Amino acid sequence: MRSLIDILDLTTEEIDGLIETAADIAANPAKYAEVCKGKKLATLFFEPSTRTRLSFEAAMYELGGNVLGFSEPGGSSTAKGESVSDTVRTVSCYADIIAMRHPKEGAPLVASMKASVPIINAGDGGHNHPTQTLTDLFTIMNEKGRFDNLTVGLCGDLKFGRTVHSLIGALSRYANVHFVLISPNELMLPEYMKSEVLEKKGLSYEETTDLEAVMPKLDILYMTRVQRERFFNEADYIRLKDSYILTTKKLENAKQDLTIMHPLPRVNEISVEVDDDPRACYFKQVLNGKYIRMALIMKLLGLKAEV
Amino acid sequence: MIIDALKNGIVIDHITAGKGMEIYNLLKLDEIETQVAIIKNAQSRKMGKKDIIKIEGVCDINLAILGYVDPGSSVNIIREGKLSEKFHPELPEKLEGILKCKNPRCITSVEQELKHIFKLTDKESRTYRCLYCESKYK
Ligand SMILES: [Zn+2]
Repeated sequence: MRSLIDILDLTTEEIDGLIETAADIAANPAKYAEVCKGKKLATLFFEPSTRTRLSFEAAMYELGGNVLGFSEPGGSSTAKGESVSDTVRTVSCYADIIAMRHPKEGAPLVASMKASVPIINAGDGGHNHPTQTLTDLFTIMNEKGRFDNLTVGLCGDLKFGRTVHSLIGALSRYANVHFVLISPNELMLPEYMKSEVLEKKGLSYEETTDLEAVMPKLDILYMTRVQRERFFNEADYIRLKDSYILTTKKLENAKQDLTIMHPLPRVNEISVEVDDDPRACYFKQVLNGKYIRMALIMKLLGLKAEV
Repeated sequence: MIIDALKNGIVIDHITAGKGMEIYNLLKLDEIETQVAIIKNAQSRKMGKKDIIKIEGVCDINLAILGYVDPGSSVNIIREGKLSEKFHPELPEKLEGILKCKNPRCITSVEQELKHIFKLTDKESRTYRCLYCESKYK
């Protein structure tokens, strides 16, 4: 029995396999409509995340399975003071697989050590969110057809952005990926990510505060939100926020086949005028997220579509 | 002071002076039935002062923690009055129930019953990370 807690729990071959399945699901949904018939997914959301929960639930329904679960309102972190271990032991009796989101880091790992069914980490605080990373990888493969020989721009809050950290970790396993780290000085990639991931693996990267200057070289532009509360004072925020908002003007010198990504939800970091640009892939990412979660549920339950 | 020579047992030598008692506690030597001697501030040509622990009659204590607490110490296993093995302890791959995770966002901060477990992620820099939240022990 396997769980998915960290994206690096999966080998690159396994990721390739999931992407292959997800692509086949997208092309032939009918083939998969009853793969999970009679199976139940429990969504245990100890903190709310409507998007992620809907994606998991839609994924299970489209596989012909059923869904049960709960979502705690913000603030209260444990279901009536019960431990994570006890909760998952109980739910293991009702469900065949569990998708779990928790505000505390490491909670899904604790769950996986105690549960008798597979656990999918649907986000644990600022720590891991592997199905988001799988979604990002699936999108990159769809758009680019490869994971190697890419120049990947990561823009916005690189200090606290866990999706960025996970994506760097996942892409660090492929050859000739060059990272362009674009952020205000206050929100640069943490030192340990540079020394323990990028430099340790001998990956090439550059840091800049200027999005427009590096735009022409990018194959992928991954935007993240620059949150107001990350700044020490309002003046800095006002001064800097516009530099990291993507507009059609800033895209003038971009490659014709640039792939623009964003984990969503966005606030204002991508101007709505960019939505109609064929290079904008962030809404496709949402759909991709459902397909890759379907592939993952099948894999962890050991199910295959009948041919 | 004369401490009997061991027939069978373990001598932990070259312990940094002052750490003997801490190691005694971490190895849970108070739970052992046979003779245990802690020698504090013994003279050492190399170290000036050192502590020594002698454990009589037991050879199979889990000494993994030593490599973390006092990597300069050395372990002598005595069998039938002869030195049968001598080694420096290595950094343990896992430390269970020894270090405490201080990350307030870690699941261990709200679930008291969870055993704090750290794993060695980089030997060179002696880096240990929490198994759950992966934050570095400082
Ligand atoms: Zn921790």
